[in-house]
Amino acid sequence: MQRRIVALCAGILFGAGLTISQMVNPQKVTDFLDFFGRWDPSLALVMGSALGVTLIFFRVILRRKNPLFAGEFQLPRGGRIDGRLIGGSALFGVGWGLAGYCPGPAVASLGYGLWQSVLFVVAMVVGMALWERQRQKVASAVPRYMS
Amino acid sequence: MEHFTPYSALLGGALIGLSASLLLLASGRIAGIAGILGGALSSPGEERSWRVLFLVGLIGGCLLVRTVSADAVTVSITASPFLLVLAGLLVGYGTRQANGCTSGHGVCGIARLSPRSIVATLTFMASGAATVFLMRHVLGA
Repeated sequence: MQRRIVALCAGILFGAGLTISQMVNPQKVTDFLDFFGRWDPSLALVMGSALGVTLIFFRVILRRKNPLFAGEFQLPRGGRIDGRLIGGSALFGVGWGLAGYCPGPAVASLGYGLWQSVLFVVAMVVGMALWERQRQKVASAVPRYMS
Repeated sequence: MEHFTPYSALLGGALIGLSASLLLLASGRIAGIAGILGGALSSPGEERSWRVLFLVGLIGGCLLVRTVSADAVTVSITASPFLLVLAGLLVGYGTRQANGCTSGHGVCGIARLSPRSIVATLTFMASGAATVFLMRHVLGA
């Protein structure tokens, strides 16, 4: 129960932050990515400010043995810097530049009730499902190939 | 629209940082929106419910700011439906393939000084900038 309340509160804080900082407006994002045009550095300050908070707090929080309401911290396992990471990030960046939306602001912007955000979020969910299918196909193909 | 908005950017960014810190402290989870959305679609039971609530909150936080603030930003999306669908597919596929997006890699990963996240962030910043350059200054869209 506590974890659900925390998740809802964290979501509200995150959505409020994205809206106050205007990241829900794709124009602000594409203006940031337009380094050779009328560059708008706002997004760098949003990330910088968020990082200022997380760089300090994460360090303090991760000194604890366990989180408050869960058994253990679930952190990404690290892993290699490989083609999957770089290729995926490159594809994501192209989509980000085309529409000015990444996942957080896209979902939060549903609060504006615009059909364009709905269309983008539906396509994004389909894209996620396509990756999932591709991943399973590759994973199930490997053992057969190996044997 | 004002072009550069430093104060709202700093305030909004701090709230995002606090949100990620709260989720880590209380639940031990990373506030990566692509991962949360992907997990909300594919995980069972309790693993799904907290993710769904986070996403509901994400939309609720946006509505809250719009309700209490008279000068909340207006949003206009100029991309064509075709571009929106293409962009959405790329963002969904790419963020899952790379295990993270602007929040998961850009904010939470870099905060843990993860080399993977630093490389991911530089990569999507670069390909995003290249895409905008091509669209605005080469194709003139």
